[in-house]
Formats: sequence, C-alpha cells, structure tokens
Amino acid sequence: MGTKEFLDAHGEKITLHQEAHSVSCREFSVVCPKLSVRSVTSCTCAVWLAAYAIFAYTQNTLVLSAAIICTICGLLLYLHFMKIDQESLLLIGSLGIQLTTSFASGKESTVFIEMCRVKDVVINEAFFMQKVVYYLCILLKDPTDPKEISEIVPVFQSSKPRMDCLTDVYRSCQEILSVKSHNVATMD
Amino acid sequence: MAVKIFFPTCCSAAESGLLIGRWISEHRSAVVLATLHFPFIPGQVKQYLARLQQSTGLSLSVLGTWSHQKAEKDEKMQSFLDDLSSIFSHRPWLRISREGSSKFWGCSIDRCDNEDQKEVVLVYYDEKKLMLSELHSVTENSEIASVFATVAKSRPLFATHKYDEGPIKLTHWQSEGVEASIIVELVKQASVPVCAVLSFLVSLLTSVCNLRVLSGKPLSFLWNKLSTSEQLGKRLEDIRLVSSAERAKDHIQFMRKSNTVVSILLDMALGILLMSWLYRENRISQLADTLMPVADRVALELQGLLQWLMGAPAGLKMNRALDEVLGRFFLYHIHLWISYIRLMSPFIEVILWYIGLSACLGLSVALSILSDIIALLTFHIYCFYVYGARLYCFKMHGLSSLWRLFRGKKWNVLRQRVDSCSYDLDQLFLGTLLFTILLFLLPTTALYYLVFTLLRLLVVLVQGVIHLIVDLLNTLPLYAMVLRLCRSYRLAAGVKFRMLEQQTGKPLRLLMQINPLPFSGVLKSYMLPSNQCCPKDSWGSLCRKLFIGELIYPWKQKGNKQD
Repeated sequence: MGTKEFLDAHGEKITLHQEAHSVSCREFSVVCPKLSVRSVTSCTCAVWLAAYAIFAYTQNTLVLSAAIICTICGLLLYLHFMKIDQESLLLIGSLGIQLTTSFASGKESTVFIEMCRVKDVVINEAFFMQKVVYYLCILLKDPTDPKEISEIVPVFQSSKPRMDCLTDVYRSCQEILSVKSHNVATMD
Repeated sequence: MAVKIFFPTCCSAAESGLLIGRWISEHRSAVVLATLHFPFIPGQVKQYLARLQQSTGLSLSVLGTWSHQKAEKDEKMQSFLDDLSSIFSHRPWLRISREGSSKFWGCSIDRCDNEDQKEVVLVYYDEKKLMLSELHSVTENSEIASVFATVAKSRPLFATHKYDEGPIKLTHWQSEGVEASIIVELVKQASVPVCAVLSFLVSLLTSVCNLRVLSGKPLSFLWNKLSTSEQLGKRLEDIRLVSSAERAKDHIQFMRKSNTVVSILLDMALGILLMSWLYRENRISQLADTLMPVADRVALELQGLLQWLMGAPAGLKMNRALDEVLGRFFLYHIHLWISYIRLMSPFIEVILWYIGLSACLGLSVALSILSDIIALLTFHIYCFYVYGARLYCFKMHGLSSLWRLFRGKKWNVLRQRVDSCSYDLDQLFLGTLLFTILLFLLPTTALYYLVFTLLRLLVVLVQGVIHLIVDLLNTLPLYAMVLRLCRSYRLAAGVKFRMLEQQTGKPLRLLMQINPLPFSGVLKSYMLPSNQCCPKDSWGSLCRKLFIGELIYPWKQKGNKQD
C-alpha cells in the first residue's frame, strides 16, 4: 500500500512498508537502520590497535592472530544473532498473526499466533532505560478462562517505532480485528 | 469469517475430478486430502469413503469439484461438474478451477450458510511433511492442530498406490518406497531375538543383584557410595526400557526409547574407542608408572604445605603449640598414606588393566570408575578436610554460645529461641576466659580449615566435571537432535505462512510451511531423566555452610556437588 518514513525511539530513521494483500490480510514491515560502516570500522580498529599495543609489549604474534579471529567471529555472530534487519507483522484475518524477524545474515525467526488465541492488539507504554517508550503488543487469551490475558507478545521489539508509526499499524490492525470480532458476534 | 481451503501441493497438477477431504465446521476450513478422477460411480465413491471413515475415524467426504483445463475450454465438462453437486450433498460445496498452468485459481462456494461472506483463502501445504511431523505446544481447539491431526490420521488413504487397479483413482502424496528397505526389514527381524536375549540377561543380572549377600548391610552401603554402581544401575534400567517387547504408546515414549538407544550406542562406541587407545602400545603400564610418582608427588607437596603452615605462613603469627600439634597430626596421616600407596604399587598395573576392560560397557561407566578412583586416591585430603572442619565447627559453636553468655543471653532449647539470663560472676568470668582463649586460637584452626577446604573443593570440582560429562552422556537427546538437524520438519514448533503472488479478484494464496522446533526446545522436551539429583544448595547456602564449618559431603550424598 505504501512506504512511509518514521523515527524510532532513539531518533533514527526507520521505514514502514504496508501492503494489503486482500481485505482481511495485511502485512507491515519495519526496516531497521542499517549497520553503519563507520561503527564497524571504529570497533575493528579499536580491537586491532589494542591487540597491536599488547603485541608491542609482549612480542607475541599469537595476540594479533587471536585479535583477527575474534573480530571476524564477533562480526559474524553479531550479524547472525543480534543485528535485526527487518521485523514484520502479517495479519491474516481468518487465520492469525505472524511475526517475522529477519536478521542481517538472512536468518529468519517466525512465530505464528492463531486467531483463537489472540484477544486483542493494543499499544502499551513502558519504561525503557530512562525513557518512556510505546510499543504495540498482542494480548493472548488464557486457554482456561477466555476473559483473562495469559501472555503479552510485544511487536517490533528491536526497532521500537514511535507513537505515530504505531498508531498507523494499530488502526489497520483494528480494522481487520473488528470485522472478525463482529463476525464472531453475529455467528453466536 | 473467510473459508480456508488447505490444498496439498502434490494435487495441483492433477486431472479434473472431485475433492476429497474433511470439513472442519468450527473453524470454517476445508482440508483437501486427495483428488478423485473420472471415471467413477458415485455409489462406489460413497462406499469407499464410508470404509475410510471406519478405518481413520475421520468424517471424510466429497467436498467439491476440481477442474483443471489443460487446453481449450470444455463446456460439456463444466456442466457435468456442475451436475455433480446434486449427487454429493456436502454443505458448503467448493468449486476450484485452474486454467492451463495458471497460478491463480478460481474458487467459488455454493450452499454456504451465510451467503454474504464468500471470501476464500487458499493455503497450500505439503502432505508428506504434515503427516510426518509432530506438533509441539498445542493449545486447545487450535485450527492448525486439527489440520495436522486430520492429515496424520488419514494415513490409510495415502497407502493406496497410483497404479493400483480398482474402481477409484486418486491423486495424493505417496511414498516413493523406503530406501534400503531390505536392510531395515532385516534389522527389524533381528531386533526381536536380540531384545529377548537382552531382557533375559537384564533379568538375570537383576536377580543376582538382589541376592541377600549382595544387598546386605556392609556391601549395600558400599554400593550406595560408588558412582560406578549407580551408573551401572542406570544403564541396566535403560537396557530394560529398550528391550521391553511392548510397543511405544505415543510419540514421547517412542522418542525416549530411541534417544536411549542412541545414547547407549554412542556411549559404547566411545568406550570401545577409549579401550582401543588404552590397550595399544602398552599404555596401561605407562599410566601405572606415571600414577605412582604423581601420588608420591602429591603427598610430598602436602608435606611441604604442612611444613609451611607449621612455620609462619604468609607472615602470620600463629599459636605455636596448637600449630605444632595440628601439623604433626596431619604429617602422621600423610605418612600413613604414603605407606599405603607403597603397599599398593605392585598391583596398580594389574588393577588398571582389569578396570580398563570396563570401558567396553561405555565411556560413562569408565568415567564413573575414574571418579571413584579419584575419590579413593584423595581420601587423605578428605580426611584432613573433615578433621579441619570438625575442629573449626566446634570452635565456631563454642564462640557463638560464649558470645551469648558474654551478652547475658542463652539459647533456650525448649522454646527454640534466645532468652535473656542472669549469670553468676564466676560463670561470667570463666565464660569470658574461655571465649578469649577460643578467640585467640581461632586463626590457627581457621587457617588449617581454609587450606584443606580449598584442596577438598578442588577435588570436588574435578569430580563434578566428570559427573557432568557422564550426565551429559546419559541425558542428551541425541536422536531428537539428529532428527531436528536432518529432517527438521519432523519436530514442529508450529507453522509459518508465506505470501504467494496475489491477483485481485482471485482468492488469497498462502503457502503453509513447518516451523521447526529450535534446539533449545528439543533439549527441553526430550531431555532424558537424569539419575543425578540436582544440587539443592545454592551458592549462597554453600558459602554459609563453608563459613560455619558444616561438612559438604563427599561422593553421592544429596546436594554435595557445587556445579
């Protein structure tokens, strides 16, 4: 449907893609800021300079090779497990909600929550470090008592979009969810 | 609510015909299992479905029609398909049509309950993967779980072959035949007598173990203390589980059995590797030759340590007389120990040779024996620790009660609390005197206690690492992990959907894939039960025990290991 630019909680630019596949199926994906070359270079340089200083002091070449291996492994691990590239929320009105997190290395982790477990989608506020941040979350029903909430699943956890972006997503989600709940009500 | 049609990918190229599957009305979803081709006689189809219903326990029915027009439009066929809806009276009646090799199919639903909602979602799935996978963490009345159950239960439907002669022609997933099935069959045939022999041996061993001579008082005490006997008992239990003739009732039991088999096999393989390494190039005698000097060296080092403690360790000024007494006492102990080792030295090689044979029972058994040997060889350190701890504990208790006396309080045993009490002058004088003596003697005992506790902790740490390895060998669910690695769809945490290309006016197209269980989940759900009780002490309570000088017990008493 479109691409919009927003700011995240730290003031960096993120982009929100919205796509409506059909009336009751929408996909939102938030693209996190890319890894900057500057920070990678500065980190690597810092490690290597430290290693070189130790090498100059001890005259042991093992330190240099260890530093190289450490930086390479650290970068790989960072890209594979920590750097999140994109987070997406796929809402299929009749089936459920799917949350996908894609890492910079291409690894994807997916969680699918069935519609029968979803109670609602809300925006919540929370303390994060010394700030108040807003986040979108999915409330899950308690299987024993459908009136109660058993779990809260936060969405867009790593990109932390600001309120304006969240309200956009929230409105679109509620459009689909309200149709569904209306249907359930009429069927009952 | 939209109608969801779960369609198997293998049927997408099938000829026109009928859709056979199950309608799940509570979720408004249709699970298509197979397509049925022309020619057929409706009566026979109904009979066939009734038979399937009996064998699978599912209410399978003809859900609708499937038309696949390969070339030009065939009007006659179209009208014929329309007529079929009057013969099979399923509500709702689905009509799926595909033109040529187009990706976008047309779907329409007739005889729907509420006419205004005719939105259709087409979900493609892989029949084979869905049938073989085991869904974890299922919630009640979940739609996905019922789709999985439907596909898994309709195994008899998939058993019919494409080329089978019969009144009914179906297209569905079918296995291409198991590879190396002759070997599998042979192994299956051979496993029955092997299991019988194993269970006979196990029962024989158990009856021997239960003899009165062996389970009597002195020996049973010894068995309880040795980690080897515990490990052997655990393996015996495992073999009994594996060789039992009854079939595994459900998935969890089956996984437990296979995990146990793989863990036993790996254990034995590692043990035999160790054995082949040990018995080559005369390594046993080399080991025996190095073991004696090491024990001697340890004893010498200990002697040196005691000499150091008897002087002025780290510049501390100790109580001379007490220091002397304690040092001599421990030195005499070491002397005893050295003579004991000397006595043993000619037999060490033979003992090692026989112990090495036990590695064929598995690496875990060999490691447990190693742990027991370490416990035996460091018995003097254990003794030192106990003496030191007892003395220290006695002093601490004395000090604490005298401190109460000093403050005019006493411990009331009947009420389990501290009461105030008025003492005589003599009592107070004597108590204070004793308190002072104990207080000034405390550093000497505390030093001995500290040194020997550190030594003891070192030994316990080594033993703890060995027990950890044994525990890993015992409990790691290797079969489940290999299954997750090679056939990741077999253990499913859930499903994930992928959006396929869309076209306006055509139903929504999704591809349902299996979300494999993460390795942490595999470990959590399939970890084999461990025979080792978890340490009940936390780090804090361990430190408290160490401070007041309570014994942290050796060997296999509960809650002794600190790892």
